[in-house]
Amino acid sequence: MQTKMQTRLSALATAFALVFSLVAPFSARAASKLNIMTATTDLAALAQEVGGDKVEVESVARGYQDPHFVEAKPSFLLKLRKADLLIVVGLELEIGWLPPLITQSTNPKIQVGAPGYFDASRYARILEIPTGVVTRAEGDVHPLGNPHYWLDPENGLRIAKGIQNKLSEMRPGDAAYFAQRYDDFEKRIKQADAKWIEEMKPYAGRKIVTYHRSWPNFAEHFHLDVVGYVEPRPGIPPSPQHTVELIALMKRDGVKVIAVEPYFDLKTPNAVARDTGGKVVVLMPSVGGEKEITDYFKLFDYDIAKLKQAFDETK
Amino acid sequence: MTKAFALFREPVSSARPDFSSQPATSAVLTGSTNLKLLYRSVAVKRLAALFLLVLFGVAARAQERPAAGEGFREKKASSAGALAEEARIKSLEEQVHSLVEQVALLRGELRALRDAKSDAPRPKEHLLLAASHIAPGTLASGTSGASVLADAAAPATTAAPEPAASPASPQVAQTQSYGGATSNAKLLNPDISLIGDFIGTAGRNTVSPSRSLELHESELGLQAIIDPYARADAFISFGEEGVNVEEGYVTFTALPAGLLLKVGKMRAEFGKVNAIHNHALPFIDRPLATNNLVGGEDGIDDAGISLSRFLPAPKNWFFQGTAQVYRGDSDDVFTANRRQDVSAVGHLRLYRDLGESTNVDLGGSYARGHNNAGVGTTFNPNNFITNLYAADATLRWKPLRRAIYHSFLFRTELFWSARDQLSPVNIFETQHAFGLYSSAEYRANRRWTIGGRFDRSGRATNASLTDTGFSGILTYWPSEFSQIRGQYRYGHLWDITNARYTDANEFLFQFLFVMGTHGAHPF
Repeated sequence: MQTKMQTRLSALATAFALVFSLVAPFSARAASKLNIMTATTDLAALAQEVGGDKVEVESVARGYQDPHFVEAKPSFLLKLRKADLLIVVGLELEIGWLPPLITQSTNPKIQVGAPGYFDASRYARILEIPTGVVTRAEGDVHPLGNPHYWLDPENGLRIAKGIQNKLSEMRPGDAAYFAQRYDDFEKRIKQADAKWIEEMKPYAGRKIVTYHRSWPNFAEHFHLDVVGYVEPRPGIPPSPQHTVELIALMKRDGVKVIAVEPYFDLKTPNAVARDTGGKVVVLMPSVGGEKEITDYFKLFDYDIAKLKQAFDETK
Repeated sequence: MTKAFALFREPVSSARPDFSSQPATSAVLTGSTNLKLLYRSVAVKRLAALFLLVLFGVAARAQERPAAGEGFREKKASSAGALAEEARIKSLEEQVHSLVEQVALLRGELRALRDAKSDAPRPKEHLLLAASHIAPGTLASGTSGASVLADAAAPATTAAPEPAASPASPQVAQTQSYGGATSNAKLLNPDISLIGDFIGTAGRNTVSPSRSLELHESELGLQAIIDPYARADAFISFGEEGVNVEEGYVTFTALPAGLLLKVGKMRAEFGKVNAIHNHALPFIDRPLATNNLVGGEDGIDDAGISLSRFLPAPKNWFFQGTAQVYRGDSDDVFTANRRQDVSAVGHLRLYRDLGESTNVDLGGSYARGHNNAGVGTTFNPNNFITNLYAADATLRWKPLRRAIYHSFLFRTELFWSARDQLSPVNIFETQHAFGLYSSAEYRANRRWTIGGRFDRSGRATNASLTDTGFSGILTYWPSEFSQIRGQYRYGHLWDITNARYTDANEFLFQFLFVMGTHGAHPF
């Protein structure tokens, strides 16, 4: 009888003593600012534009990192735990890492469907939504459409609008501030966009090749024609046969520019460029890809400058 | 969906005929006691091993070039004419779509107006639904009625003004209705996945022989968000011997005080390898220490309740505690003879980023439960307890800019087992056995990973017997959704029947394939 009691007690005690002894509340944090976590740096930049100094924004992924393959490190949990709002790209871009982070964050505010969970793709114009049968014979396809939609200033504005609504909903007292920030952002992005469009006008209709399907929104907005990809299928590394075909295609169509994201190996693109007399240009798909790209505007400034230079050099 | 099935099954089923001769020969061979035959069997086995190596190589090579059909499709797609036509068709399709959606929008507005007229207060969802039928490419702009910027620059995008009924919640203000059929069809279905795990073994191992070829496991995964407060994950494992719910639990994510509660059948948070599913391991088999001390392949996997919480820690340190209570039936580690013989597992995890690409992960675990050593003896079976202790350390390196090409992981786990049992002369004793494994893996490029593992472990029931082994592992990834792996395994193992140590030399190979959406595993 003695042992029975002992065993039971020790088992249960071991299990629960630990947890219940530590249910002490954590120290209070600064309540004045909204704590926003975003999946990617671009969303962080947009949230910062709208939120101004009423928000504290941080991104999980870095700008030079492949957003498909972020590691779900526990250090992110520490940040997600304290977030009031989580802004995600959606369209299954983060499916490989974000769901376990959200679940383990123990933060009811940012669970899927909770008021603090914000899917930016709902506000953006989405391209390349597959119709008909979707299989992985097409590679790592996104059944809900191409998730790289932020690379279009119009979508940036749409997302900012969504964020403005969300922030106003969460902090009604600051709604006027957010509205004013949004209006200012709208004015500036329209100005900047007019300038970008003007800069890209001479290159309208130019054909380019990209490594991954990251650029459909960008290409559409700036009237570029993406005719091929270094990857044979999304997420499948280059194969010799596909590379040969790509070279043939580029030669036939006179394509000279190969745009590569910073997280891909340059070996194959360089080889293709050598064979076709083309040029490899590393374009940044996200804010923070380079040190100087500190906001959403500089992202387009950077990419357009790089593209122009590449087009000019391969005339 | 059916197409996906067929596509993924094809490579495996086509590989089968090549293997089919293998089980027959090995069956004949094991039956022979003749010395001559034995010699021949060794030769045949070597040949078989060579054949498998070649096959492994061929399979890997075959992935480098796409199939003929794919090539054709690519060529077709790459021709400029087809492209132009496709673009034209696409734009026509888009126009049709936008027209359809405008009709839907108008209809929605009409309904909204009609509803507004009626006296009954309108339910909120209705309004949202009506508003969600907005043409793609519309800007959810506010009262300013601002059109999309630079209209002149982007004539293709239709800048429709805000619909009359501005929804209260912006979250549903605008959904795309492009791929409606595909996305809506799975709206309420859980994520369903099936992972096939095919393992073949060649070589010599008299201590723990495994089958020449087997579909070791087919793991069906069902994962979904249950309600705003919980999500559930179920993994049903179809093995060669039967079906087993490997895990099936609900996770309550919205608890106060930062608590995370899991209820169901789970792999216990005991060390690292115990919680990892077979297909997510960096090796084909499980370490010797797992087999000897922690219940073999399934490990501590039982029905119970798990509670975890972040614990206060210095800045930038992640510290988490987990406490779990299980029924007390886990393979041959724990046996609950009575209802109150529950087992308990405690786990502490300490993690820190050393930089953006390097991190350390440390853990300590404890498990306690009853065992079956006293059953059927004159002793009271309730007095036989097994205590398990484990410590784990992991060092990871993955440069963010080249994350898909290079990474390195080193992990070591130590296990201590204290098992109450009866000695051969029927005296109550506690066996203290120790085991460990150390493994390393390096991703050399996007497709190849090379790894190794060292094993050493005493046996839980007789700590004086120590098995030792090492493995070399080579993994090839055709894509994220399939994996081909080869493992050479050497073991210096105690052979109970002959009461001596014997050497085991084996070559294992594995084909893994993933169908459907398999949720990400915890880091």
